[in-house]
Amino acid sequence: MDMNSFSPAMPTSPLSMINQVKFEDEPNLKDLFITVDEPESHVTTIETFITYRIITKTSRGEFDSSEFEVRRRYQDFLWLKGRLEEAHPTLIIPPLPEKFIVKGMVERFSDGFIETRRKALHKFLNRIADHPTLTFNEDFKVFLTAQAWELSSHKKQGPGLLSRMGQTVRAVASSMRGVKNRPEEFVEMNDFIEIFSQKINLIDKISQRIYKEEREYFDEMKEYGPIHILWSASEEDLADALKGVASCIDKCCKATEKRMSGLSEALLPVVHEYVLYSEMLMGVMKRRDQIQAELDSKVEALTYKKADTDLLTEEIGKLEDKVECANNALKADWERWIQSMQNDLKSAFMDMAEENIYYYEQGLATWESFLTTQTDLHLEEASEDKS
Amino acid sequence: MRKRRGPGQRAPGSTRSVEHTDGQSVLTDSLWRRYSEFELLRNYLLVYYPHIVVPPLPEKRAEFVWHKLSADNMDPDFVERRRIGLENFLLRIASHPTLCRDKIFYLFLTQEGNWKETVNETGFQLKADSRLKALNATFRVKNPDKRFTELKHYSDELQSVISHLLRVRARVADRLYGVYKVHGNYGRVFSEWSAIEKEMGDGLQSAGHHMDVYASSIDDILEDEEHYADQLKEYLFYAEALRAVCRKHELMQYDLEMAAQDLASKKQQCEELATGTVRTFSLKGMTTKLFGQETPEQREARIKVLEEQINEGEQQLKSKNLEGREFVRNAWADIERFKEQKNRDLKEALISYAVMQISMCKKGIQVWTNAKECFSKM
Repeated sequence: MDMNSFSPAMPTSPLSMINQVKFEDEPNLKDLFITVDEPESHVTTIETFITYRIITKTSRGEFDSSEFEVRRRYQDFLWLKGRLEEAHPTLIIPPLPEKFIVKGMVERFSDGFIETRRKALHKFLNRIADHPTLTFNEDFKVFLTAQAWELSSHKKQGPGLLSRMGQTVRAVASSMRGVKNRPEEFVEMNDFIEIFSQKINLIDKISQRIYKEEREYFDEMKEYGPIHILWSASEEDLADALKGVASCIDKCCKATEKRMSGLSEALLPVVHEYVLYSEMLMGVMKRRDQIQAELDSKVEALTYKKADTDLLTEEIGKLEDKVECANNALKADWERWIQSMQNDLKSAFMDMAEENIYYYEQGLATWESFLTTQTDLHLEEASEDKS
Repeated sequence: MRKRRGPGQRAPGSTRSVEHTDGQSVLTDSLWRRYSEFELLRNYLLVYYPHIVVPPLPEKRAEFVWHKLSADNMDPDFVERRRIGLENFLLRIASHPTLCRDKIFYLFLTQEGNWKETVNETGFQLKADSRLKALNATFRVKNPDKRFTELKHYSDELQSVISHLLRVRARVADRLYGVYKVHGNYGRVFSEWSAIEKEMGDGLQSAGHHMDVYASSIDDILEDEEHYADQLKEYLFYAEALRAVCRKHELMQYDLEMAAQDLASKKQQCEELATGTVRTFSLKGMTTKLFGQETPEQREARIKVLEEQINEGEQQLKSKNLEGREFVRNAWADIERFKEQKNRDLKEALISYAVMQISMCKKGIQVWTNAKECFSKM
């Protein structure tokens, strides 16, 4: 596995990460290092919730200090994501782990729900930090550095609830109208996203299912080995061979466990992140369409001379700029996202293949060594019989 | 040899060189035998060779199945495995120093029609010990040979542990099947996904193919394992054959003990009559007390009858003792032979299991190495 900031499995401090960094697609030197760890339970009279410790180390001038430590809860992450989406409606914001987990999924991650979430949150912040635009977002900076009360007051300064609702209403209305003139490249993009989303969801389900089947196989195997030991107790000549088989089965059992944990570390979180990404992408497409729809409706209004033409023309000018900006931002981010998607999924599948190769190699060694001891004994016995 | 069974179905069989009593090899044409005829043969051997651990028949119905194999007795794989089991049964008999000489066995292999009548004419069913008698003996015998008692315990343990092992093996097989087959779904989805990808398309597509190969490899792997399970099953059923020999010993021993007891009581009666003392209760004694003594002539007559019975009893006891000792000697010789056979066969079975596992691992390494290469080209 790569030693980059996307490996939440390695609980490295930001300081050690500075020394280990690999520069892949960022031409600039990495100057912002974030870790998410130490989940803590907080109990108040109203509710119980978990906070995570966030440590930031940076050499950037715009930060008041070079090191920060804050505690954040899931709600705060949600707030940050909302702000990023508002500020950059057509950028591909990294996905957050789900608010509620579908029943039954919890046991599927050997780490447990909190640990899985912690890793996903770590990834979320690091992806933002690595994004050429988002990394300089003001709300992001506040999120990383402000103390609890500072954050609360900053949150209140944002656009009011009513204006946010207004935006939502307009968004729904315009998306219902549909987009007639979606440029070709975005049509292609949309088609890709639809199919990708289907496929990645299927892969997510398949991978979860494999994990479940492996767990059940492991549970049965645990019982299988000891029976041979039990049998060996009533045998003399056969006892060694039986014990040998029991030991091999136990070793295979352990190897299965390792394969399962490898799966849940390397493959399942990555695939799941891209499931969330695909939902995110559909939202981005909608927002882009919505921006274009605003323009289109004004152009339509001008055509039918529904209102003051001078005002309209000015508004259209602004909207045309807005659409162009949005489209370019999305195009650039799309290219970046495709790259990272291909790399991440390729990596994850290769890890899965590695885990399986290692698993079977372990099995091979175990059984071959058993076979050698048995055939050696056979040869010994044969020569004893002859003499 | 190929003997197959099916309800109402007869199957062809042909014998190859079989040693029989005059040492000649016999080669005959194909012969048809039903499962029920195999059962008849075995029951006959059980009666005539009670000191031998008679080889067991393969299971009539599929047991210890896992989900893929239905418990369908018509399933071609099951039928084939049972055919092999029946063949194995005959080979075991043919290679047994005593059983291979049996006339009825020879006729089983060679006599086309009327074999059933021939067997039944031996009257072996009449000679069979009743189950009730055997059960009675098991509970009441006082001094069975310790080795047989231990053997009985061993066979109980063997049966229990092999049953357990086969049950768990079936469950493990079921789970393993699940793991492999779900990977097949990757194949389908990768293929569909590859349609929208430019650079990744080829890698995905070919990786998907390897996932399909992986998923389908489990069928052969588990079919091979069924043969291993069959080897264990044979010894599961052998446990019952061992118990049958133990039961026979208990029966003979009980018979002996009863005869000895009977003889002892008759001797005592005789003594009492002769000396006039009554130590044991007897109805005659009571009635004589109540209704008057019997005449000396009557007493003499009774003593004479008893003395004759005692003589007879002593002869019988002697021959039963001899029989009993001979049985123990012969049975134990066969049991030793059986033990060596069992150790050899089961060790071989365990080794073949290891070989199967190795083959499975090698296939796994190959498939996943190929898949990894495809992923790397993505």
